[in-house]
Amino acid sequence: MTGSHPLLEKIAKPFAEAGECLHFLFQMLGGVRFRGAQAAAVLQQTYLVGARSLVIIMICGFFVGMVLSLQSINALEQFGASNQVSLLVGKTLFRELGPVLTALLFAGRAGTAITAEIGLMRATHQIDALELMAIDPVQRIALPRFAAGVISVPLLTAIFNAMAILGSVILSIGVMNLDSGIFWSKLQTSVYFGEDLIHGMWKSLVFGGITSLVATYFGYYSKPTGAGVGTATTNTVVISSVFILIFDFIMTSFLT
Amino acid sequence: MESKTDNSDSSRPVIRIRDLVYRRGRRTILDGISLDIEQGSMVAFMGPSGVGKTTILRLISGQLRPAEGTIEIDGHRVCSLSNRELHHFRRNLGVLLQEGALFTDLTVFENIATPVREHTDLPEALVRRLVMSKLNAVGLGGIEERMPHELSGGMARRVAFARAIVLDPSIMLYDEPMTGLDPIAVSTIRTLMRKTNDTLGLTSLVITHNVNQMIELVDYCYIISEGRIAGEGRPRDLVESTEPGVDQFMNGKVEGPIRFQYQAPGTPWGLLD
Repeated sequence: MTGSHPLLEKIAKPFAEAGECLHFLFQMLGGVRFRGAQAAAVLQQTYLVGARSLVIIMICGFFVGMVLSLQSINALEQFGASNQVSLLVGKTLFRELGPVLTALLFAGRAGTAITAEIGLMRATHQIDALELMAIDPVQRIALPRFAAGVISVPLLTAIFNAMAILGSVILSIGVMNLDSGIFWSKLQTSVYFGEDLIHGMWKSLVFGGITSLVATYFGYYSKPTGAGVGTATTNTVVISSVFILIFDFIMTSFLT
Repeated sequence: MESKTDNSDSSRPVIRIRDLVYRRGRRTILDGISLDIEQGSMVAFMGPSGVGKTTILRLISGQLRPAEGTIEIDGHRVCSLSNRELHHFRRNLGVLLQEGALFTDLTVFENIATPVREHTDLPEALVRRLVMSKLNAVGLGGIEERMPHELSGGMARRVAFARAIVLDPSIMLYDEPMTGLDPIAVSTIRTLMRKTNDTLGLTSLVITHNVNQMIELVDYCYIISEGRIAGEGRPRDLVESTEPGVDQFMNGKVEGPIRFQYQAPGTPWGLLD
């Protein structure tokens, strides 16, 4: 874009960056070898980014379930339908809130960690060292973290959903004294495996891909300075959050 | 440049650089550098910070491509190698970067084993023997399970050195290998570099700005200034050189042709005037 109008450059920059990001994705996918060492690296990263996000996901899921039930019961009471709370909570949670909130939390907790770690590897010449050892740094560093994100987010979403239902049960049955039989039967008959649960899981798979792609991309191409790594980390949270919400709308439009 | 080294048994140039030009944007970093480096020699590229010494190393290793000119290593033109060929070429290259650049998420053992695992199919027992032999060679047997953050600067540099030589490369590139080390660690690294070069018959290139560290170590020096070779010769000869640019750098003089301060037009004076 050298020599073109600055305004045109500003307009073209996000598209160019999106293209580079996709190229980075294909570079990663081209490096999939199904070798034992690569699988071990993915497993290790799944532990680091996935298992270590469990506590925050469980706590947030539990309280989201409680607050969702509280608000729903208050609203439904006006129509004398507070015993329908499990239907409302289940549908909202499995289709929307579970995948979206898990992905946003994952971006904040694990996405930033991935970006900062890769950015620091760039700043401390670890990526240069890999290149000079004839080891592809994209395959070695980015791919295991990307794959771990894609694997972890759907699993974390399932746990988030389970904890939210637990929170809803405690609030609705334990605190608000709703009938447990109606609560469970409504949940069982109104929330569908394919339409609701799998719908949400597809979303979480895509959100996991978006978050970990954005995190690895910004980390890998961050400027090798403290400020550069900081900016890359901020970009990871902002851009992955925006794209999660955009793709949520797109997928909801096509899946329903 | 008839004879750069006393210990080389062959005068065959293993690295040939011709009319090398490298530009970053509109700025010319290297402007027509030509030189030959003989098999078995230890050569230093010296010069003030920011003159493009590390750029030469990156061009030789194929991380950067020159705007003009050629670099031939063992008869292969580095700038025209495909990605696959470059990958193969780098397996024959050992590099010790500034600060060591150890992988912070791996133990010392795994750091050294990484290139072995990546480029060979050796069984685990042999990998272990190879890694431990290199670790013992740099005087650090017994620290293999430590993480890089548990090492001192000198130890980290020695671990990085062991990693660089683990696949027995024929060319070693050092980028400021002794920066930030205490005098004992400097002597240790210097001894390791010289002994490894002479014992294994390697060709070594050292990028540095530290004159004193190089005098006893290398066979031949190039002084880079403003993108060109400002002076060259044996280190002792360079120290005694009366050539203004060489004398200024080797003896750390403020006055001389090497420009090191930037003054905006119209600025009345500076502390260094």
